[in-house]
Amino acid sequence: MIVVDDIHKHFGGFHAVDGASLSIQPGSITGLIGPNGAGKTTLFNVIAGVLKPTSGRVTMNGEDITGLPPHTLFHKGLLRTFQIAHEFSSMTCRENLMMVPGNQSGETLWNTWFGRKRIADEERALRAKADEVLEFLTVEHLADHKAGQISGGQKKLLELGRTMMVDAKIVFLDEVGAGVNRTLLNTIGDAILRLNQERNYTFVVIEHDMDFIGKICDPVICMAEGKVLAEGTLAEIKANEQVIEAYLGTGLKNKEQVGA
Amino acid sequence: MDLLNAFVTLSNFVLIPAIAYGSQLALGALGVTLIYGILRFSNFAHGDTMAFGTMVTILFTWLFQSWGLSLGPVPTALLALPFGILGCMALLLFTDRVVYKFYREQKAKPVILVIVSLGVMFIMNGLVRFIIGPDDQRFSDGERFIVSVRTFREMTGLEEGLAIKTTQGITVITAVIVVAALFWFLNRTRTGKSMRAYSDNEDLALLSGINPERVVMITWLIVAALATVAGVLYGLDKSFKPFTYFQLLLPIFASAIVGGLGSPLGAIAGGFTIAFSEVMVTYAWKKVAGYALPESLAPDGLAQLLSTDYKFAVSFVILLIVLLFRPTGLFAGKSV
Repeated sequence: MIVVDDIHKHFGGFHAVDGASLSIQPGSITGLIGPNGAGKTTLFNVIAGVLKPTSGRVTMNGEDITGLPPHTLFHKGLLRTFQIAHEFSSMTCRENLMMVPGNQSGETLWNTWFGRKRIADEERALRAKADEVLEFLTVEHLADHKAGQISGGQKKLLELGRTMMVDAKIVFLDEVGAGVNRTLLNTIGDAILRLNQERNYTFVVIEHDMDFIGKICDPVICMAEGKVLAEGTLAEIKANEQVIEAYLGTGLKNKEQVGA
Repeated sequence: MDLLNAFVTLSNFVLIPAIAYGSQLALGALGVTLIYGILRFSNFAHGDTMAFGTMVTILFTWLFQSWGLSLGPVPTALLALPFGILGCMALLLFTDRVVYKFYREQKAKPVILVIVSLGVMFIMNGLVRFIIGPDDQRFSDGERFIVSVRTFREMTGLEEGLAIKTTQGITVITAVIVVAALFWFLNRTRTGKSMRAYSDNEDLALLSGINPERVVMITWLIVAALATVAGVLYGLDKSFKPFTYFQLLLPIFASAIVGGLGSPLGAIAGGFTIAFSEVMVTYAWKKVAGYALPESLAPDGLAQLLSTDYKFAVSFVILLIVLLFRPTGLFAGKSV
């Protein structure tokens, strides 16, 4: 579905992503792991169009999407969330969700003045959908709360909710579990699994929590120093020598290396 | 002591002029605050944008006058105003396309954009002077007063008169309509919500499928309308001179900052704060005091705190006080 081909991203002399290649199968939940600074988020940013790669290609179903702006990718069904949850803080949770599908008819100046009926119909449908999403995420009681005032974990749920407002094809979740407690993390994990099974979403998940990865992800890709180190099931990854060295680590091995 | 006459004098020389001036500043500051909130830079070219819109309006006013078109007691300029707005929109979209778009794509820092806007300011400045000349232009016609001093005296039998100029009435009414329309637009329409979303969190807005180019374009269109309306109202009330509009930049920025940059409500509050301070500090209170105080306390001098020549100092001082003690402004906009 998504094929990343030899992506390089340099910031000055620093090679954040240094020739990463990977492919993501439709309908899968791919886990992306690796030590801090491995270039996971940078790779996300490149795929999602926030950053332009120095070189390399990203294709989606065979179509070249390298360097397209985020809002164009959004309309192609490629969505992402942020490591630190973003929200429109001065709007309610429901309004946050209702912002989502761009290109609404109310967005042209002409319709603002002369297409009131069509906008009203559209808004009603959106509102119903937003309420449905909030219910799916079991946070319907937050609908009228300002999004700036809800907790960090709830903001993460709201981020996930944003992706449900449209028929997303592929969703990139950046550390969806960071700073979220176990219970809420399970809720998020369940939501991801249900979306994957019921709506056939493809997910790519950056995460450091191995239990969480083990529960929902297959396959798992490990990155280090801007390159893809290994790919396989979590068990395979855990057994991979290079991965252990670069990321999972064993105290002993590290000491030996230092000694050598 | 004669409180009634004191109040009439106060209204005539302080309250009414300050309300009219405050409306003009508020409209100007709304444009500045919108650009700051959405495009994230302080637009120094705003004063000259106002001048350009006003100039186009004046040219159309003269054209209509030569055709003999008029609105009776209301200034012909109001008829020309939509054309002025269109002209100003065209100019702003053109500058955005050839100048600002480039820097937006580079993701230039706000400070770079500020300097860019300074360059745009000089060009617009030159353009306006090139077309209409640097001199004073009067283009107000129609009835001069809604209430003149003489009719007011005849009506009330008071010693002091009260005059309300047509332009002052029009200024206040237009400002109320424009502000109401703007708030309705920002809060109730989908486009307005997109703009607020973009202002709140640019990254998220992009990832919600909001087209940034459209948001930017609509912002410029609204700013063009606001700037032209503000400029024409100011020109009708006083007179049109390109240099005066350049100077207006200071009170307008002071208004926007006092109210809190990025906050539309703050821009209005700031506009009136600056206008009232400026008028009250530079007004000679002798007459009002003469009526309001017992005879023994009436001042001999003019009781004027500051000569009108120094009126811009008032904006400066308020600006300094706000930046020192409350940098986010009255309505907690973005910190400057």
